[in-house]
Amino acid sequence: MIQFFKRFTTSSLATIGLIVVLVMVFAAIFGPLIVPFDPNAQDIMQRLKPPMWQGSEGIHLLGTDALGRDIFSRVVIGARVSILVGVSAVVISSIVGVAFGLIAGYEDKYAGRVLMMLTDIQLAIPFMVLALAVAAVVGASLWNIIAILGLTNWVQYSRVVRAECLVLREREFIQAAHMMGISTLHILTRHLLPNVLSSVIVISSLLVAKMIIFESSLSFLGLGVPPITPTWGTMIAEGRNYIGNAWWVATIPGIAIFVTVVGVNLVGDRLRDLLDPRLRQVES
Amino acid sequence: MHMSPNQTSAEPVLSVRDLTTSFLVDRAWKPVVNGISFDVLPGETLAIVGESGSGKSVTSLSIMRLLAKGTSRIEGEVFLNGRNLLALSDPEMRQVRGRDMAMIFQEPMTSLNPIFTVGKQLVEALTCHGQMSASQARDEAVRLMTKVRIPNPTARLEEYPHQFSGGMRQRVMIAMALASRPKLLIADEPTTALDVTIQGQILDLIKTLQEEEGMSVLFITHDMGVVAEIADRVIVMYRGEAVESGSTEAIFHHGKHPYTRALLSAVPRLGSMTGQELPQRFPLVDIRTGEAEQARPVTVDVDRAAPPILSVKNLVTRFPIRNGFLGRPTGAVHAVEDVTFDLYQGETLALVGESGCGKSTTGRSITRLVEPNRGNITINGVDMRALGKSALRRQRRDIQMIFQDPFASLNPRMTVGAAIAEPYLEHKLGTQAQAKEKVADLLERVGLSPDMMSRFPHEFSGGQRQRICIARALALDPKIIVADESVSALDVSIKAQVCNLLMDLQESLKLSYLFISHDMAVVERISHRVAVMHLGEIVEIGPRASVFDNPQHPYTRKLMNAVPVPDPSRRGVRRNLDADELKSPVRPVGYEPQRGSYREVSTGHWVRQE
Repeated sequence: MIQFFKRFTTSSLATIGLIVVLVMVFAAIFGPLIVPFDPNAQDIMQRLKPPMWQGSEGIHLLGTDALGRDIFSRVVIGARVSILVGVSAVVISSIVGVAFGLIAGYEDKYAGRVLMMLTDIQLAIPFMVLALAVAAVVGASLWNIIAILGLTNWVQYSRVVRAECLVLREREFIQAAHMMGISTLHILTRHLLPNVLSSVIVISSLLVAKMIIFESSLSFLGLGVPPITPTWGTMIAEGRNYIGNAWWVATIPGIAIFVTVVGVNLVGDRLRDLLDPRLRQVES
Repeated sequence: MHMSPNQTSAEPVLSVRDLTTSFLVDRAWKPVVNGISFDVLPGETLAIVGESGSGKSVTSLSIMRLLAKGTSRIEGEVFLNGRNLLALSDPEMRQVRGRDMAMIFQEPMTSLNPIFTVGKQLVEALTCHGQMSASQARDEAVRLMTKVRIPNPTARLEEYPHQFSGGMRQRVMIAMALASRPKLLIADEPTTALDVTIQGQILDLIKTLQEEEGMSVLFITHDMGVVAEIADRVIVMYRGEAVESGSTEAIFHHGKHPYTRALLSAVPRLGSMTGQELPQRFPLVDIRTGEAEQARPVTVDVDRAAPPILSVKNLVTRFPIRNGFLGRPTGAVHAVEDVTFDLYQGETLALVGESGCGKSTTGRSITRLVEPNRGNITINGVDMRALGKSALRRQRRDIQMIFQDPFASLNPRMTVGAAIAEPYLEHKLGTQAQAKEKVADLLERVGLSPDMMSRFPHEFSGGQRQRICIARALALDPKIIVADESVSALDVSIKAQVCNLLMDLQESLKLSYLFISHDMAVVERISHRVAVMHLGEIVEIGPRASVFDNPQHPYTRKLMNAVPVPDPSRRGVRRNLDADELKSPVRPVGYEPQRGSYREVSTGHWVRQE
């Protein structure tokens, strides 16, 4: 583990990514303890003030929005939603996708074909349209958003896992397991799953970044997390009207999204380099 | 017939001095080849022989300078026609490769680009060093194809690599290597991946071409039989060092280094068992002294009066070939066709034949890893084909399988102990603690230590892994073991040990083996009875002594004749095998072959009548 960490940090870009991710996770966990202002406290007198504004109750590091709320506090609290949505949605989609992929890759007669057909259908439907439709019908709430994102993004997992299983299935250790009368469930969980896990970790790390963007997009369109919770997407949507005279309102949460996504992607790329056996050989 | 290599006055074509190659492992330089020196004279064949990891391939790659830069370091001197190759720049080296020396590799399947025709690739090899127009190159390509004895060369130039068999592809690779009339041909295990009859053809071809072109050959191999057949001189490598070198006769008859002697006595020799009825263990060789110690003979004979433990009747397995838009079957591979045999308790029946003959499919059909189309399989009185899914799982406790590749047949993410215990626990034969005891016991039985339980497969060598696979197969106390090429991937000394282990286990546990192999010399040692398969059918079956001493079917004779014999006095012998290819067992839909009839030669020895 320590050795893995050492190898991970030999790339300086990945180290920067890791620091960004750790800062965001820290903000998400300890956000309420470190913010200087209540993120929802309005102050009409202090609206649309630029960054480093000396207000009546202290310095607004990143300025204030149209209702006089402190942007720095809102960005920090917004990290909570982004990380929570990103991680939870990835957990849901990985469970669904890996299960589908394992079954489809192992047994490609009946169940496997049906599952792959489902995958193809899923791929054919524009994700945003589906997410908007579902959000409009079931209503927008934090957990609904997580469920929608989770249940519409498993395709990547199932395709990659299926492809790997098709290869693994022909390997002799799987045939040996057959010969020894190992049950299908145990072949899937004990023999196939551990061997596809590194790909799953890599996809997950890259998908977290995508989920954060999706959540922000949904929030921006007003179908995301309800407005009382500050999220980066809603903050951009609210700041859009003032982009001419108060650029920071929309730009700062935008930068937060950008930095987080780049950070997560850097970590994901490095994980792929380290965990993908084909790339690993080149490196060593 | 053979060119005299002993022109001592002649300048060597290749001269290697103190070659040391190191690889960067964990930021430290680890020498893989250590101070090797040798000369290759004009027209001479020098063989470098050694087991896996001895550094023989690295030596050839160092001479070619084909190792990755940065992670490898080559020291010493390599002179080709008096030029020091290690001092050349990269562009100069590219000129040398392919023009002054050429190389052929082990895998003819992957050495050709699948999307270009063979002709195009040959023409490219001819034109890339300049001095030849495209049309000249085409004529030259035809000439080369003729030279390597490819039938119908003009038409075959337009074909793609997948339309060539393995042996034919290796011929194309040789043609390509000959394109620029190199002084030196480096052949790195060129026949290892080929079937034995094809191997014989390629060896003959290399010998003939060497005479015609007068080139020198550096031949790298692990097979002592091949060495005896082709080499004028031999270098024996062991752990990166040349432990002995000399003329082939001297090495074979008066090898001094213990390792050389150990290597030679471990080589299975076809014909070493004449007059022996029962199988025989390989002699145990002490690697330090090189002394061979005769192993304990096999004394227990098989009781053939009892009913057979496995009985196969008229087994047929075919794989449909689907084609076209709707995937309708357009033909079928007749992998197993009307195969019938019995296996008795404590007996080893060997299935031999070349790739594609259906021997592996037979093994897999019996265990129902593939579903046979017709026929009866009875194990211990139970009809295997009538079993449902869960009954089949229980029945498989009686029949287990050991696979060819010990690297692929263990789950890399599972400890060895967990892998061996898994079938025992899965069938609920005991508690966790009992399983642990069982694992310890099995590991000891196969010659490993019980405290290796918590290690992962990658920490073991190939031979040790195969022992682990054997231990796992024994976890369910089976009666029959199907060993599918189980020793083929192992080095000779390891091969002998694993074969001995199988024979020991047979004696103590009364196991029956269905031993699937292409290696006639190993089969001769290990088996009680032999069945020779060709195009999905058994062409000859009988007691080993009878089949080997008195082969009746022409295919059996051809197979035995093609096995290289580790005896240098046979070096001049040509087999005059035709440059034919293995026949394909693909038939149109609905094709029903004629039932073969068999003739009894002697007791239990049956030959298919053609």
